[in-house]
Amino acid sequence: MDGERLNRANADAAHTAAAHAARESYGRLVAVLAAGNGDLALAEDALADAFTTALERWPVAGVPHNPEGWLITVARNRQRDVWKSSATRTTVPLGDDLDTGLAAASAGLDPFDGIDPLRIPDRRLELCFACAHPAIDPAVRTPLILQAVLGFDAAQIAEAYAVPAATMAQRLVRAKRRIARARIPFIVPDRRVMPERLPAVLEAVYGCAAITWRDDADSLAGEARYLAVTLAGLLEREPEAWALAALVTLSLARPRTGPYVPLDEQDPALWDAASIDEGEAHLRRAAALRSDPSTAPGRFELEAAIQAVHLERRRTDAIDWAALRQLYTALVRVAPSLGSRVALAAVIGRTDVAAAGLAALPPGGDAFQPWWATRADLLVRAGRPMEAVAAYDRAIELSREPEVRAFLQQRRDAAASRTGHSDGRDDS
Amino acid sequence: MRYTLLLHYAEESPDTIGDDVIAEGMRRMSAYAATLHAAGVLVAAEVLQPTDVATTVRRSGDALHVQDGPFVDTKEQLGGTIVIDVPDLDAALDWAGQAPALDWGGAVEIRPGATHTVDGVWTANA
Repeated sequence: MDGERLNRANADAAHTAAAHAARESYGRLVAVLAAGNGDLALAEDALADAFTTALERWPVAGVPHNPEGWLITVARNRQRDVWKSSATRTTVPLGDDLDTGLAAASAGLDPFDGIDPLRIPDRRLELCFACAHPAIDPAVRTPLILQAVLGFDAAQIAEAYAVPAATMAQRLVRAKRRIARARIPFIVPDRRVMPERLPAVLEAVYGCAAITWRDDADSLAGEARYLAVTLAGLLEREPEAWALAALVTLSLARPRTGPYVPLDEQDPALWDAASIDEGEAHLRRAAALRSDPSTAPGRFELEAAIQAVHLERRRTDAIDWAALRQLYTALVRVAPSLGSRVALAAVIGRTDVAAAGLAALPPGGDAFQPWWATRADLLVRAGRPMEAVAAYDRAIELSREPEVRAFLQQRRDAAASRTGHSDGRDDS
Repeated sequence: MRYTLLLHYAEESPDTIGDDVIAEGMRRMSAYAATLHAAGVLVAAEVLQPTDVATTVRRSGDALHVQDGPFVDTKEQLGGTIVIDVPDLDAALDWAGQAPALDWGGAVEIRPGATHTVDGVWTANA
């Protein structure tokens, strides 16, 4: 009986330890395992095998002192088995600290104790640069980082992108084969190339946050935030990396489940103060790192600053629309996307009359949900409810998320009631 | 790791762009090859004659079909190949980015080698 209970306790402890190691160190371990020869798929397979072995052995033998060291050693052995059996017998340079550590440790009692987890090199940054390399299709960079660095499986990623799991799995396999076969290097680019390579990495990590935003903070979205902050820390002095960390952290400070409420109408009491403080600290750091204060802030710094202005309402109880207009004007200059121009029009509708906002709406928004939602809101403010109803209908049609649809429907009905005839509804 | 740079650019002749421009193009290709050689990465380079002297053969059944002209007729043609041996794709990209063909409105396709012969024996790329 006691033995059985002990076994169960061991099994639970082993599971917890393996799950913890998986969450905490998946990307670190994959990066180290793949850095040698760029074979990401093999690194992931080897690590998966190591996790499976761990779940078999740890409940019996106990959780090792150093789970990461144990996992990486078992995974490396698995890689070596594959290399040895491969017909090509290519020589693969394994010579880093870890192997020296392993060799030294093999003489000791517990070979895994020889690996200091703090000395396992952190190659996640290199891995991110490989995943977001210019030779990789931009559309697959974010999925690749979600899988290789954050450890999500193809099915989860496919769900987030609303594509069939097999399609996503195939895209990922192709991209990994490309990294290995074209020998895309696992390196952090030098100063010369950094300015052209970094935006793609930040964009891809931002994509991780955007695609997972609606998930609760402990899971996917939390991992994306963790990656953004880790990236900034590893790069140390890149303003835009810190700005991205700020943007993601500030975005996650707001509740992301339940009914949709626009940012300017949310109850500040529901915001996570600790996240806002942390996000603001990252943002200050980004601004301070811009070598010359007169240098224009980048896209992520402006977006984070916009978030910060909204969140400032927790102190001032008012929205500084003038500041928002300035920031959006700058954003449109740096990153002239349809989204940023629509957002600027919405703000102009507040700092100026609603008609000015309508006039500022850019052309080309016919299939763009925010364009119609913004137009609808501006039409209501301009006292043109009939047209607003039509715009809301189009916005609802273009909305994917049920929470957003419900919110727009509510606004649409309110506008309809002002027209005097609300689709036969009796709103006396 | 061996990469082959496939240089694609519009075919020109002294008749279309003049002797001076052709001479300048040749000078630039010489300088490019010399730079690659000095860096110790050049394995082989070849500039091809224009496609109006190309001949393409195909087999259909037992018959061999010989046709004048290139494999694919496009505005830009494969004008030359350069084989380099460098550590990774970034290095290959660096060298490809210096190819004169890029200044002639052309493009350079970078293809990692799979296998090549050494003294007549196939040897895997490493």
